[in-house]
Amino acid sequence: MKQNAFERRHLAEWQDFARQLDALEHGRAGADSRHFPATYRRLCRQLALAEERGYGSRLVERLQQLALRGHRQFYRHRNPLAARCLGFLLGGFPRLVREEWRPVLAASLLFYGSLLAMGLLVYLFPELVYSLLAPEQVAQMEAMYDPDASRLGRFGERSSAADWMMFGYYVMNNFGIAFQTFASGLLFGLGSLFFLLINGLSIGAVAGHLSGIGYTDTFWPFVIGHGAFELTAIAFAGAAGLKLGWALCAPGRLRRGEALRQAAARSVRLIAGVLLLLLIAAFIEAYWSSMTFTGAPLKYAVGVLLWLLVAAYFLLAGRTRHAPE
Amino acid sequence: MSASLAKPSAGTARQPLLDTCHLVETPEGIDLVLHPAGLVPRALAFAVDLAVRGAILLLSFLVLGQFGELGLGLASLLFFLVTWWYMVLFEVLNQGRSPGKQLLGLQVVHDDGTPVGWAASLTRNLLRVVDLLPFGYTLGILSCLAHPLFKRLGDLAAGTLVVYGERPQPHPSLPEIDAQPVPFALQADERRALLAFAERRARLSVGRRQELAGILAGPLQVPEEQAEARLLGIARELMGPP
Repeated sequence: MKQNAFERRHLAEWQDFARQLDALEHGRAGADSRHFPATYRRLCRQLALAEERGYGSRLVERLQQLALRGHRQFYRHRNPLAARCLGFLLGGFPRLVREEWRPVLAASLLFYGSLLAMGLLVYLFPELVYSLLAPEQVAQMEAMYDPDASRLGRFGERSSAADWMMFGYYVMNNFGIAFQTFASGLLFGLGSLFFLLINGLSIGAVAGHLSGIGYTDTFWPFVIGHGAFELTAIAFAGAAGLKLGWALCAPGRLRRGEALRQAAARSVRLIAGVLLLLLIAAFIEAYWSSMTFTGAPLKYAVGVLLWLLVAAYFLLAGRTRHAPE
Repeated sequence: MSASLAKPSAGTARQPLLDTCHLVETPEGIDLVLHPAGLVPRALAFAVDLAVRGAILLLSFLVLGQFGELGLGLASLLFFLVTWWYMVLFEVLNQGRSPGKQLLGLQVVHDDGTPVGWAASLTRNLLRVVDLLPFGYTLGILSCLAHPLFKRLGDLAAGTLVVYGERPQPHPSLPEIDAQPVPFALQADERRALLAFAERRARLSVGRRQELAGILAGPLQVPEEQAEARLLGIARELMGPP
């Protein structure tokens, strides 16, 4: 068949297909979207014919573009986001964490290990805190948790606007740390190692120092509640980063690029969970931890409860006998 | 000795063309043609996005600055959103195009040509932190220049690709000339080359057209100055009656 005859025969169909594509690309499923798959397959056949018969590149390119747009609409991943989020929340995330227990364990040991060790060391040898933190930082920390002149110490000193300010600040700060800890795992895991250690050491140093100078009643009630979510989130972000690095260091039977891609697909789901944890942490930190009309015992009780809740969630949630849907 | 010097015969597979087309075979058995975008358009698109983000932040800080602590809180939330989510939101919700990419006609897709999703977009944009290292995007630029499909590290991990979006092609028409019989059987790609010559005729200078057509003067058995008209006539014949 001559090219012009071919074009004349199918032109109306192509124009119709382009209209359908326009509608789909703008998120409207037209009335004739039932015929879309059939039309798309026919177009693919026509493209193959046009290439086989050596028709001109103008026609072939036009059909190629239509096929490309059709392919994008036909094979796009269109499962509802809300349902996926809910499934992830109810079972997917804790399951993922349990499946990835190796990097999670490694990151947790690194992070909590350095935190506890540094905290203990600073508590026993107070001058050690200056090996890690500058004197100004230490002074700032002391001012923040000073039982006598604390912003935390008096009921009603912080307005709801201030809560908002701190919420924004926590979100920005903590997400930044978590994302950095994850992304730098791409440097063969070294970045994640570094950030896990440095965060563990500095948090431990602050905790040890403040406990050592007797600010326990302001510091611990403040941090114990959101710590459950925030510290877990940092450890998981580190685990996601370590997974990336491990895929690069030991890709196994895959090529490095492929190993990295597979690891990244799972890591980024961990990061989605980290986002959630950090959001909860920021809420608690801004609206609960700063509340001071409650006594320290209640803060400790709630804090312990939250830690147990987090632990139970990751150990128990999503364990079903039957296969997930 | 002589075999190695012999020219490849017409039947052997040709060398791949020297272009950057990336072919993706679909389940329908056709090859989709993607055109990966190189460093310069991508850098320009990024610069545009950087300017847009700067403008958003500047404006919002001016406005929100009036509202005291509440404004500061909102401003830092906005700062977080713009820093980490600007690209992701635009790429997922706008067919793989941030404003800068849209301006430059670029688009982010998965390696298989499908539109970029949340997971891949989040991965490639979070890992931007590493591409920025050690300063001024050095790792990203090196990776982009070294990879045949111009991927930066984030693209490698996410399995994504930045391609030129499709643009409607102008409709060239063949010159009015009488159809002439095809003197010998043509292969599909030879027909395509011949038609391409006729379709792109308007974009070539007269000298270049004559030079190109002259190459075929011998096989067509016409003088060089008539080769072009003869080729156009054959193209007419190949296209068929309008």
